[in-house]
Amino acid sequence: MDIFCTPRDNALGRLDPRVRLVTAFAFAVTICFSRSPVVLVSALVAGVLLAALSRCPVRGLLRRLALLNLFFLLLCLSVAVSLPGREVVPVGPLSATDAGVRRAGVILLRANSVVLFVAALLGSMEAPHLGFALDRLRVPSTLTHILMFTVRYIEVIHQEYHRIRNAMRLRAFRPRCNRHTLRSLGYLIGLLLVRSLERSNRIMAAMKCRGFQGRYYVLHTCRMTPLDAVAAGLFACAIGCLVALEAMWMVP
Amino acid sequence: MHIADGILTAPVVAATAVLATVGVAVGVRKVDADDVPRVGILAALFFVGSLIHVPVGVASAHLLLNGLAGLLLGWSAFPALAVALLLQTVLFHFGGFVSLGANVLNMGLPALVCYGLFGRHLRRAPSAHTAFVLGAAGGAAGVLGAGVMMSVCLLLSGRGFLTAAAAVLAAHVPVMIVEAVVTGSAVSFVAKVRPDLLTGNGAKGIVDDYRSVDAED
Repeated sequence: MDIFCTPRDNALGRLDPRVRLVTAFAFAVTICFSRSPVVLVSALVAGVLLAALSRCPVRGLLRRLALLNLFFLLLCLSVAVSLPGREVVPVGPLSATDAGVRRAGVILLRANSVVLFVAALLGSMEAPHLGFALDRLRVPSTLTHILMFTVRYIEVIHQEYHRIRNAMRLRAFRPRCNRHTLRSLGYLIGLLLVRSLERSNRIMAAMKCRGFQGRYYVLHTCRMTPLDAVAAGLFACAIGCLVALEAMWMVP
Repeated sequence: MHIADGILTAPVVAATAVLATVGVAVGVRKVDADDVPRVGILAALFFVGSLIHVPVGVASAHLLLNGLAGLLLGWSAFPALAVALLLQTVLFHFGGFVSLGANVLNMGLPALVCYGLFGRHLRRAPSAHTAFVLGAAGGAAGVLGAGVMMSVCLLLSGRGFLTAAAAVLAAHVPVMIVEAVVTGSAVSFVAKVRPDLLTGNGAKGIVDDYRSVDAED
């Protein structure tokens, strides 16, 4: 199983990673603090359109959305019955109130549209580009270095995990709900820990051999093209429209 | 079990984001250039660890490992967990983008408490049994702390979340037991196999080994 999917070539994928990161964050903040149904529904529609434009793998996205909504179903149900208000729908011995249903709907719309936006704008981004973008956005270099190392070694450690897990399976290990399983998984993590720490020592030694002095040079240059400027302008307009709609809804 | 976007209210998001930023900033300051690969690889390990599912009764839960992060990294657990959570959000859309600060704080603060309570004792080359007890206490405290913090975040976001907050807290109890045994076993394993990695000498062990070889030559 690959953790990182290989991004497909798409219209959004050609944009500067910084533009995509900042836009995704701006959209997420706008959506999360909006309460007007008009804004939230239009954000959801925009999210679907953007996801279609980014040609992200439909099946994976739908599976994630289904998982999210399954979890949210319980949350929304509990919110719908616990807010005070006019009772509208009976749910077992309790009944959902109008205020509760409205609140639950807002939460559902927000969460789904943010996932769509993030999937469209960042899902197709290669993980190292996230590091480059953060580096160019003046995030402290130690943090971006940690991120780059994490990105580089997630796959390695994941393979190591599967190697040990296969070795356990060969010895007829089957996870069950008992102490033996927990202890075995604990030893598995302990072994991963020992190997990871030893690996990090080897990496540091190898980096020192090559003259590492605490500075990591990012050779990838992010350059804003006219296309990026146009896209950034369009996204800013869209966010402006959402904010204006929200303001019109707040002041009737 | 992370808080998704759209649930928390603006004041809660802002407050947790500020606190998480402070935690990450302090944590980053404690990481010197030699430690960067170690922290990065451990962040990768926590990321992979959160993919491991453990059967709990009829359901299954995934490990959090924030207690382990705190025990091993202290303040540096904040940047490590922040990186792991950011990657989870961007790659898997688990957790939230706007509520990232809340999630980092919910995981990082208990990790820090674990370090304060148990991490220091772990530095003094404990026996395998003591290491198990310290690790189990750390693992349990990490999950308990994360559950309590998450419930508090939900409660602060409105009284509609009272039931949800109680459910979150209840769901964390079995995970806490699982995590305690797993973390305890992991730490006692390291204490048996490579005790120097726990005492902190082993963290830079190989590089120092090379240095001592140089000195002898």
